[in-house]
Amino acid sequence: MTTRYTEDHEYIKLDGDVGTVGITHFAQDKLGDLVYVEQPKVGKSLKQGDDAAIIESVKAAAEAKAPVDGDVLEVNQAIVDDPSLVNSDPENAGWFFKIKISDRAQFDALMDEAAYKKLIG
Amino acid sequence: MTDSAENLSRTPLFDLHVSLGARMVPFAGYEMPVQYPLGVLKEHLHTRAHAGLFDVSHMGQVELHGAEAAAALETLVPVDVIGLPAGKQRYALFTNEQGGILDDLMIFNTGSYLHLVVNAACKAQDIAHLKAKIGSRCDIRVRDDLALLALQGPGAEAALASIAKDVASIPQSFMQGARVQLSGIDCLVTRSGYTGEDGFEISVPNAQCEALAKALLAAPNVQAIGLGARDSLRLEAGLCLYGHDLDTTTTPVEAALTWAIQKVRRTGGARAGGFPGADVILGQLDDPTRVKRKRVGIKPDGRAPIREGVELQNEQGQKIGIVTSGGFAPSVNAPIVMGYVDTDYASTGTKINALLRGNGAPVAVANMPFAPHRYKR
Repeated sequence: MTTRYTEDHEYIKLDGDVGTVGITHFAQDKLGDLVYVEQPKVGKSLKQGDDAAIIESVKAAAEAKAPVDGDVLEVNQAIVDDPSLVNSDPENAGWFFKIKISDRAQFDALMDEAAYKKLIG
Repeated sequence: MTDSAENLSRTPLFDLHVSLGARMVPFAGYEMPVQYPLGVLKEHLHTRAHAGLFDVSHMGQVELHGAEAAAALETLVPVDVIGLPAGKQRYALFTNEQGGILDDLMIFNTGSYLHLVVNAACKAQDIAHLKAKIGSRCDIRVRDDLALLALQGPGAEAALASIAKDVASIPQSFMQGARVQLSGIDCLVTRSGYTGEDGFEISVPNAQCEALAKALLAAPNVQAIGLGARDSLRLEAGLCLYGHDLDTTTTPVEAALTWAIQKVRRTGGARAGGFPGADVILGQLDDPTRVKRKRVGIKPDGRAPIREGVELQNEQGQKIGIVTSGGFAPSVNAPIVMGYVDTDYASTGTKINALLRGNGAPVAVANMPFAPHRYKR
């Protein structure tokens, strides 16, 4: 499994042609305590950069964007029921949705972990 | 104007905030702690369960001295200041000629002078206003040498008592005040605050503020709380934030603050009127049909927070109001909203919609406070 990162602080972990998308630890820390998550509909076709999920923290509203083109296969209901999961475990239990990617080249062009770590300093 | 780090002021607790791991943000010209490592949600809940210590030193403290001080101040506020007994505090509003609100403030009668606490963002203009309008009638002393701490929550009294020289000197009920020796420091303490909880505001010399804050933080279950939780606490308590829920175009009647206008200053009272905008404000009190909009509490049906600036619509999709404060309420475990609606829609239970991301989210006008006040009466 390979993980890539966006400049908007989403991660995507690729397993075959299925990517698991979420927001990074850095992103959840910046947002503060999450209180509301609205997931995309299963089956929705997303283009890279589309607003996919709505995130609300105690401080502000934000979006999780689609890191690549693809169709939503599955969403994580657990973070809708308990948004604090995204704060406590963003890169595992706090994942947002799974996407069937249609263009592998888009994935490969995203930042790897070393590049992302450099971005967030 | 954007705040740049170079022209921001710091309170005497800046170093303490940083050492506690606070995230510092620009606020009203100051670098202030928005949250500590505990986070806004837990800081909020901690304050309601135990006690929270807030640095509110950015607020302005001004003393009015002289025999005429109370009478002079009454020319600027629709409030009974002359009748405010020694040892008592009262909420007040500076009004303008149009009946709008220039700032909201607290007035404490020490017995020998009036101690005012005004909002940070308004303090320069408030001081100029006081000097221009009543500077010839009383001695106005700006106390930049004083810091202000708020200790709030059900554990506040025990925490304060643990460092008080004489527990009997602590003010015993809401909106009372007295001088109290805390950790050997002479402080002006009022039993008030802006969270809906029992608690205190403590005026302390800048030089001794950090020592006092450390002494209070050393008491059991006292946690430093940032501005983020201060905002969610005051919103749950249904209290207005100047610049958001109150401004120069809003009258005290529209803002549902008529309780702050005592009978003696209303039509028929012994000192009726005599403050800026009295014709507008008393006109609205005397004839409710002149009140076109009202501040109300609002509860969304859904879980999505609705924030400041969101348009409120009737079921026909016409604009009937706007959200002035909104967010997630940790103690209610739901989103809550404060806003202004046309008077026709101001009754509790009225169903309206909030225009959220292009869609009408159903909401209903609700009673405030959202979390019950727990002042010690």
